[in-house]
Amino acid sequence: MVEVKDSQPMEIRKREYQKLVQQVIPRPTVGRNVFWAFVVGGLISLLGQGLMNFFAGFGLPLTEAGAAASAVLVFLSAFLTGLGVYDEIAKFAGAGAIVPITGFANSMVAPAMEYRAEGLVLGVGARLFTVAGPVLVFGIVTAWAIGILYYLFRLGG
Amino acid sequence: MPAPKKNGLQTVWFQSPPVIISTATIVGGKEGQGPLGQTFDKVLEDNYYGEKSWEKAEQRMLEEAMQMAIERAGLQPQNVDFMLGGDLLNQIISASFTARNLGIPYLGLYGACATMYEGLALGAMLIDGGFADKVLVGVSSHFATAERQFRYPTEQGVQRPLYASWTVTGAAAAILAREGNGPVVTHATIGRAIDFGQGDPQNMGAVMAPAAADTIARHLADTQRSPDYYDLIVTGDLGTYGRELAETLLRQKGYEVGGRLYDCGVMIYSPEQDPHAGGSGCACSGVVTCGYLIKQLKAGCIKRFLGVATGALFSQCSFQQGETIPAIAHAVVVEGR
Repeated sequence: MVEVKDSQPMEIRKREYQKLVQQVIPRPTVGRNVFWAFVVGGLISLLGQGLMNFFAGFGLPLTEAGAAASAVLVFLSAFLTGLGVYDEIAKFAGAGAIVPITGFANSMVAPAMEYRAEGLVLGVGARLFTVAGPVLVFGIVTAWAIGILYYLFRLGG
Repeated sequence: MPAPKKNGLQTVWFQSPPVIISTATIVGGKEGQGPLGQTFDKVLEDNYYGEKSWEKAEQRMLEEAMQMAIERAGLQPQNVDFMLGGDLLNQIISASFTARNLGIPYLGLYGACATMYEGLALGAMLIDGGFADKVLVGVSSHFATAERQFRYPTEQGVQRPLYASWTVTGAAAAILAREGNGPVVTHATIGRAIDFGQGDPQNMGAVMAPAAADTIARHLADTQRSPDYYDLIVTGDLGTYGRELAETLLRQKGYEVGGRLYDCGVMIYSPEQDPHAGGSGCACSGVVTCGYLIKQLKAGCIKRFLGVATGALFSQCSFQQGETIPAIAHAVVVEGR
């Protein structure tokens, strides 16, 4: 039994209280979240593959078909964000909706919509990357680091 | 010499208890569809309320709620001595812009989600102290303005933890008067800022439960009353898990409040509305008090309640810098008459 008492020193009280909080708050529904993330994330990827095959069918080279498929996915995500649907999907699908390129598009469109009330420059312009910014910064930094490793060790010749 | 109207360490009592002569509430659509929907005066169809920004919508809600309370009391703004108000936005712009439009001498308050009760306590002190005849108290909060200030853009796809709460869209106002008909405010217990080392701004219930338990225990000790003196003890926005934590903390302090301890945040939404832990925000305790609870008193369903609004005293900057979150709870006793 966890006990939080006024007579305890503050440090102990804080620690005991943290234990009590952990007992009371609900566990995240990990199994269900993982399942739906897999299903929805998989469906988005399947759609992407389908689009890629579709564009490749018109004779586009594979890399360009990939870019075209990405553009369609980004458009769809932006459109659904504008309609107020994408956050509902993400609430349900979690990482399955956040990790694919559609999640990235959502993280750009949502602040653009949110901050337009503060004007184009100080609102949209200044805050467009509030969510996507860290992703880009650390993504690019990681790419540099890998690039340097690649240069030093000539991995993959 | 001790102050003549102070009881114990943190409680004040009112010699001529100020009367709540009118109240008004406006809520958003989600709150209107909740179990207490019928007890609110107006439900918005659109959370933009025909305005260009969420902030303008929130300010307009507060202004209309305040005007409605003034009208219902049969008053004009110039008959009101002071306006006490606050909200969650930086520099309390909703309340201050409303004060600009109403022209009533204004004291801006910030007690986070406990602001309504801070206002009721101070308003009652102004009246019983002989400094005012009529005081207007009002607060507002808006889901979208709070989300964008404290969390994410509204359309951002995120999965909220199950213990997160949902900011109530709404505004509440009440007129306190020296004389008149209505429920009366008999005591107020001013809370201490309590920090039990919690730092997760999504888990407001855990942050605020120790403050609620502290103020309730203090109130009961100061007034030498037992919890069953009250028909209801109602906290502001602890949510399902915060309420449970507060109940446990009170038990460990020697007070058994189980069946009487309710929470406005739990009452305002039904579980089917998927609010997770429950409602939060200044308007949460505001609209449930000025809507449901006052109506219960007037109808004679309950005789008196101890309202304990809870607030988390943090800013986005403070939690990004890794500070833990202090919380506050102010209690007010309201009796039917």
